[in-house]
Amino acid sequence: MALGLEAKLGDNVLTTKLDAVVNWGRQYSLWPFIFGTACCAIEFMSAAASQHDISRWGAEVVRFSPRQADLLLVCGTISYKQAPILKRIYEQMAEPKWVVAMGACASSGGIYDNYCTVQGIDKIIPVDAYISGCPPRPEAVLDALMKIQDQIKGESLLVDRHKDFKGMLD
Amino acid sequence: MDATAIEIMKTAFPYGQFTEVLDTVVIDVPEDKLHGTLARLRNYPDLDFSLLLDVTAVDYLHYPGHTGDRFAVVYTLRNWKKNRLLQVKSRVADPVKGVVSATDLWPAANWAEREVFDQYGINFKRHPDLRRILNHWQFQGHPLRKDFDIENRQICLESDSLEGPIKERLAQNGVDESTIKDINTEVMFLNLGPSHPATHGAIRILTALDGETILANVNEIGYLHRGFEKTAEQRTYNQIVPLTDRLNYCSSMLNNIAYVKAVESWMGIEITERAQFMRVVLSEFYRIQDHLVCLAANLVDMGGLTNYWYLYNEKEASYDFISRLTGARLTSSFTRIGGMYRDFYEGWEVDMENQLKDIEKGISDCLALVLQNRIVHERTQNCCAFPGETALAYGFTGPCLRASGVPFDLRKDAPYYNYEAFDFNIPVGTNGDIYDRMMVRFEEMFESMKIIRQAMKMIPGGPVFIDNKRIALPSKNEVYGNIEALASHFKLIFDGIQVPKGEWYDSFEAANGELGFHFVSDGSGQPYKCKVRPPCFYKMGGFHEMVEGEMVADAILNLGSINIIGGELDR
Ligand code: SF4
Repeated sequence: MALGLEAKLGDNVLTTKLDAVVNWGRQYSLWPFIFGTACCAIEFMSAAASQHDISRWGAEVVRFSPRQADLLLVCGTISYKQAPILKRIYEQMAEPKWVVAMGACASSGGIYDNYCTVQGIDKIIPVDAYISGCPPRPEAVLDALMKIQDQIKGESLLVDRHKDFKGMLD
Repeated sequence: MDATAIEIMKTAFPYGQFTEVLDTVVIDVPEDKLHGTLARLRNYPDLDFSLLLDVTAVDYLHYPGHTGDRFAVVYTLRNWKKNRLLQVKSRVADPVKGVVSATDLWPAANWAEREVFDQYGINFKRHPDLRRILNHWQFQGHPLRKDFDIENRQICLESDSLEGPIKERLAQNGVDESTIKDINTEVMFLNLGPSHPATHGAIRILTALDGETILANVNEIGYLHRGFEKTAEQRTYNQIVPLTDRLNYCSSMLNNIAYVKAVESWMGIEITERAQFMRVVLSEFYRIQDHLVCLAANLVDMGGLTNYWYLYNEKEASYDFISRLTGARLTSSFTRIGGMYRDFYEGWEVDMENQLKDIEKGISDCLALVLQNRIVHERTQNCCAFPGETALAYGFTGPCLRASGVPFDLRKDAPYYNYEAFDFNIPVGTNGDIYDRMMVRFEEMFESMKIIRQAMKMIPGGPVFIDNKRIALPSKNEVYGNIEALASHFKLIFDGIQVPKGEWYDSFEAANGELGFHFVSDGSGQPYKCKVRPPCFYKMGGFHEMVEGEMVADAILNLGSINIIGGELDR
């Protein structure tokens, strides 16, 4: 997740301090892109609506352009027909980016073990957090969001994540 | 069906074999007579089967005791005015040669036959656009054939460009190659979806634009094809209930009820009075839920975010009631063959009444913003209007058909579960534009509340499950206490409920229109075939006709107003 500085500075006290500041910023202003295909997307709607209110975690600015988003929330079943599109969307997002697989389908294919359903989106793109449930409750979406925030806290500008991920379509 | 109609048909089709299954008449015709028969059924004024409900096929490869041709095609038709339901069936001698298409009679046949081609590999002669529809273009084989392995997974490397179909559609609309290239009229191609906020799920809408006006439009679906029908063939009848939740996931209970109702009617199961009333109350409650989500999303597309909060908050509040009852928020799985999973909890009437009051308030708040709102009027009135005749020809049912002025509603025209005992109206529109479609939904919610309140007064006490050892699970006490109950429990879970051999179609008025199930049973505990007649599949099939000539922004509103739900559309 390069900012361009690390080449000059390397691993020293400046970059670690910078890490802390940048991560703090990133954590609390995640801009999600909702890749909603099925039932789970309806539960995401609930997570975004008044009662659960995702904005309490600073992630309410839902973007529908992958270029403006840094959190890809895959809500729903991904079929083989859909897979190339998911991959394209992921690639269009700028680094740094995180991916959440919401629900049984996105995590593992769920109840659809058949000819048309991808058995988990991690066959196509790297995933940072999985949410169980069919569909998960909105609280679980918020929980995943907090997991991602925790993860961001420990990241460093010097380390590129998922550099050598190879998916089914690569 | 009435005797006169059968008489007329018997004289008109002396070569046909007539059988009556439930309230459907089935005519078996020879392959070469299929198109002629369909044409007369459609065009004869005293037959007037103006609604093509569904087209499907059956693969008899493993069907016990079957001899002769492997495939058959089935056309399901309805004369809505007289409540006549008909299936025309024909054997297919050679799937490669196929049968003659019915697209010239009903445009609804276009997509329906494409699906049969895709799933069964049966050709339709003279079909204008016979391509795959649910599976991707790189797919090999036909999934619903009995010799196709369910785990035969096939990767799609890139999406179809759709260049051919859109050019063809442009040509049909009188835009030729030179106009496309001409600098003054240069046609722009704009692709919406399948991942686009306005597509409400995964649908791909490809338009050819002149400025902002849509010259031609083609749509691609199947992005959420999850193999419902193939999976269902490998489950027992009760195991399919959770799969039906995920058809129209905005109103899961309606699918649950429609599905078990279809199986029960074939088995001749009369569920208890209380269960019938429960199903009415819950159907109408879920109809409201479905309309709430549809309208909320539709108004967001128009820029009215406040309406989303007003309407969606009521939906969210309803989840409290729903999860107290079913244990789940979205995927209810609340019905079983023979009754309901459990009775209402104590004090549900108060909760329900409170919910209804809140919903009324939410809707009124929203209507206060919408009814006199000039922006809403100008964006929706006379926009994407669809006349009743065209809507019928495309196989529209439900609120969208009624918005076009056709007062067809199964709850009135072929009532089940004592719907004839309730006092309610069927709201209809006049123009069939976006405004009418929205307003019909608003009105239907009020009517549904009326039904719920009446049903709550009338609901009798008593059990919610029939008393039949071959269908109902024995109580846990008995299972642990005596060996017969244990054995029967084991058999019902492992082998499933044994459903007598046969083929039948049964339908239900779901929130989006007629939700039908076409079953073939081989007498075992698992369906040999289970085909859904999804209402929104046919609405999407007519989408291009609604939006061509309109602005691209109107197409977005139109999509919201016909309420496309991916799970049901692609199954
Ligand atoms: S996990 Fe369940 S609720 Fe979510 S998309 Fe899959 S089937 Fe639907």
